[in-house]
Amino acid sequence: MATATSARALVRRTTAPPELRKKRRPLEVLIQTFLFACGAVSILTTIGIVYVLGTESWLFFRSPEVDLLEFLTTTSWIPAVGEFGIWPLVNATMMTTTFAMMVALPLGLASAIYLSEYASSGVRNVLKPILEILAGIPTVVYGYFALTFMTPLLRYIFGRDIVEIYNTASAGLVMGILILPLVSSMSEDALSAVPRSLREAAYALGATRLETAVQVVVPAALSGITAAFILAISRAVGETMIVAIAAGAGPAFTFNPFRAAETMTGHIVRISGGDLSYDSIDYDSLFAIGLVLFLMTLILNLISRAIMHRFREVYE
Amino acid sequence: MIRLKLETPSLTLNHPVPHDISTISEDTCALETRNLNVYYGNFRAIRDISLKLPKRRITAFIGPSGCGKSTLLRTFNRMNDLIPGVRVEGEVIFGGYNIYTPGVDAVEVRRRIGMVFQKPNPFPKSIYENIAWGARINGYRGNMDELVEQTLRQAALWEEVKDKLHQSGLSLSGGQQQRLCIARAIAIKPEIILMDEPASALDPISTLKIEELMRQLAENYTIVVVTHNMQQAARISDYTAFLMMDEDRAGYLVEFGATAQIFTNPREKATEDYITGRFG
Amino acid sequence: MRGGSEPYAADRTETTLFGEDAQVKHSLRVRHLIGRLWRALFLASLIIGIVALSALIYNILDQSFGLVAVETKISPRALAQNGVSLENLSTEQLVAILEKYVSKGVLRRLKAEQPLEQREREELLGLVLERVVQPKIVQSWSLTDSLLRRRSIESEAAQRYPSAHLEFRSWLNPNFLSRPQSSAPEVAGVRTAILGSLWTIIITILVAFPLGVGAAIYLEEYAPLNPLTRLIQININNLAGVPSIIYGMLGLAIFVRALEPLTSGAFIGGLVDPTTANGRTIMSAGLTLALLVLPLLIVNAQEAIRAVPGSLREAGYALGATKWQVVWHHVLPNALPGILTGTILSISRAMGETAPLVVVGASTFIVYDPNGPFSKFTTLPVQIYQWTARPQQEFRNLAAAAILVLLALLLTLNATAIMMRNRYSRRLI
Repeated sequence: MATATSARALVRRTTAPPELRKKRRPLEVLIQTFLFACGAVSILTTIGIVYVLGTESWLFFRSPEVDLLEFLTTTSWIPAVGEFGIWPLVNATMMTTTFAMMVALPLGLASAIYLSEYASSGVRNVLKPILEILAGIPTVVYGYFALTFMTPLLRYIFGRDIVEIYNTASAGLVMGILILPLVSSMSEDALSAVPRSLREAAYALGATRLETAVQVVVPAALSGITAAFILAISRAVGETMIVAIAAGAGPAFTFNPFRAAETMTGHIVRISGGDLSYDSIDYDSLFAIGLVLFLMTLILNLISRAIMHRFREVYE
Repeated sequence: MIRLKLETPSLTLNHPVPHDISTISEDTCALETRNLNVYYGNFRAIRDISLKLPKRRITAFIGPSGCGKSTLLRTFNRMNDLIPGVRVEGEVIFGGYNIYTPGVDAVEVRRRIGMVFQKPNPFPKSIYENIAWGARINGYRGNMDELVEQTLRQAALWEEVKDKLHQSGLSLSGGQQQRLCIARAIAIKPEIILMDEPASALDPISTLKIEELMRQLAENYTIVVVTHNMQQAARISDYTAFLMMDEDRAGYLVEFGATAQIFTNPREKATEDYITGRFG
Repeated sequence: MRGGSEPYAADRTETTLFGEDAQVKHSLRVRHLIGRLWRALFLASLIIGIVALSALIYNILDQSFGLVAVETKISPRALAQNGVSLENLSTEQLVAILEKYVSKGVLRRLKAEQPLEQREREELLGLVLERVVQPKIVQSWSLTDSLLRRRSIESEAAQRYPSAHLEFRSWLNPNFLSRPQSSAPEVAGVRTAILGSLWTIIITILVAFPLGVGAAIYLEEYAPLNPLTRLIQININNLAGVPSIIYGMLGLAIFVRALEPLTSGAFIGGLVDPTTANGRTIMSAGLTLALLVLPLLIVNAQEAIRAVPGSLREAGYALGATKWQVVWHHVLPNALPGILTGTILSISRAMGETAPLVVVGASTFIVYDPNGPFSKFTTLPVQIYQWTARPQQEFRNLAAAAILVLLALLLTLNATAIMMRNRYSRRLI
């Protein structure tokens, strides 16, 4: 009825009555501007990242010692003699990531199935926080664990001659433990988003718990689980301290997981942790690696997010 | 279309008035409950229900909401096992054995006593797979294509879906989905089909189709249907059980008899009040 | 299954399609067997995670305590006087020992700092240990070995280090917490690193908290539904997935290099810390971490704000309040516990970060306490990293002890967050 009267008023008069006229509230405007600025900081951060990585990489690729083709295709990274082929670093990253996924994917998914389909709420309330503790431990601690526990263990199992002190297998396996809680909790969310009615339908057809879980619930949650897997890969690619400590300190193009090799992130940390002079080709090369790393993780994250979005549309 | 059976129905009357004229024999009884009590933790949801479900007939459970109709239905194929804290006392006799005897496998029970739910819940798989999955896990070794076609025909769905068997079951309309769920249930050849308000989420035309389908299936199957819709019970069922709840909210059986008798000449005042709308 | 007869077989001709009843039952047994097997496998996976956590904690404790073989230049027993052990000597006696054993030049320097007689007894004792006794750990053993193979360790030590004595050492001890970094593992401590961590975190909180909460308020309460808002939201979600080392590179290029005059402290009248010649300061580190945790903080704060019921806002508006009045008086107070919980979790994330700080330029070796935002810095995780990277076993022991300190700090933070969440979530509902 308020709208009715004001509508009538509008017909007669073109301006609002003085007492109802819009007041100026400078404070409100100021606050809103400030809050918008806060939101804009995130945009600035992204612009900053893209700008920094972009310009420094541009300097790198423009320098006479480098060309893009060499960067993307050759397998030798020796800055001292001007060889900049990113493949040894990318290869080591893929090796550690593969090992991490070999641990995190099966264990994470199996844990999620157990927590979501089998565990009673009491068991879940005990076990889940323990997994969450794993996720809260700083990565440098995992690095220490890899070097002082996993590596000696691998050397004990496979022999000291075969396993080097620094190796990608140890770093990768421990990274898998680090990522396990992420896979587990995201997969469990996806599994519990599957409606109860589907489980009941399966049980009513005489399915066992396993058949229901693996043949009905997991397929129904598959896109959510896939999103979790891809995000986990992205985490593994970007993970730094474990590989910096345990994988090796020198680029090496090898497919032997028991040999030392340096990942993209490990290389950035080692070089920038030393005495690095700005505007040198070494300095610029780090940003080129950073750009590759950023693009890889960004693409993975975007894919994961897109899949997750589709999954949510189905069940929410 | 009310179909009234002319033969005298057999009755098992229960609390509050003991009124026993039970004559359903071993041969004509598909499932029997004896002094059935169901508890959710400390709360008693079902009190002391004894009844015999006649074979190859449709039995409807009616009663006010919350009186435990669905809970009772779910005890028949041990679906309540899946809800933590549920406890069943008394017996559910099926094929001469109590399905709650320790050692009885709920999976085997459910394979013989199928269920259709209130909301259509097809698997997010193809129409074909929706039918085939249950048969496959239960060790079906005949021709799967034949089974799918035959089942879909029985469910009066074949003509509508025969060209899109490999599309998702979710692509069908609500009524079609529910008929797919019924087809899925009969594909594993159960002896009893439990239906928990199977048409309550559907429009009137889909409801009519489901009801026709139920009448056809009653030729071969024992059907137990929970409904909140008295007209539906009167239209489709041969027997009707009327449940109510006590002051302590425990559901109990008021009257069980031939549908025609329950709706035209109820023995209990409470039944009459409910049917004529004077309830509550 | 209940054995014997076929309880369900009667009146079923169709059963044959599913195999004979006995067959069905057999296959069902197999199905249940497979089910149990997989169930055990699923549980085993979960347990592997828990075993890994236990192994990690065991490993750290194992390295934090244990026997060490210590060689001394002059045995403390030789310094005991009249049956009074070195620890219990008086100030005068300690001074006398220092006068006797320490070289003239060092003595002169020490006296120039502060006359020996005016110093505390504890400090003198420390000086005696450091300058006269000069203990040196020649080997260390893990806790497990120390407990289980003590005999063989004793004989091994007696054989290899005849002049050394064996003692049980807790690498985590009060001195470890209060001493600065040192190149000698016997006396190295984490005090510099802890102070560096605290300074850095303070900067991070001061920057990230208002920005994060502000952004969350904007997105939840003010932002119109338009492409720009959507862009900001998507962008925040993506930033949360950017590897932390990339933030380090951003910090290196922007805060350390481009904004060096600001982050080195040069803008407020020369350098505050004369040892700092560039932008590799606590300020740069704190700002970098602030950007790193911002997405996490914003998302958490948004959730907390979203949880405030809309009816509360409507009640405020219905009384003629402006938007900011509603936000400030009704939304924020109710969302605050959630926001604070999220903030603490973000802080504990920042507390454990290593990679970006190494890239931004944490110092490899620093013995002076940081004295402000423009000091050079190291932090606890960076210190752990550097000690771990050293080949000598003793530094691994130090790293393990430092990890215990870090984990204790994080545990305290997270426990606070959880307690807060439990306490306030009950009240809100």
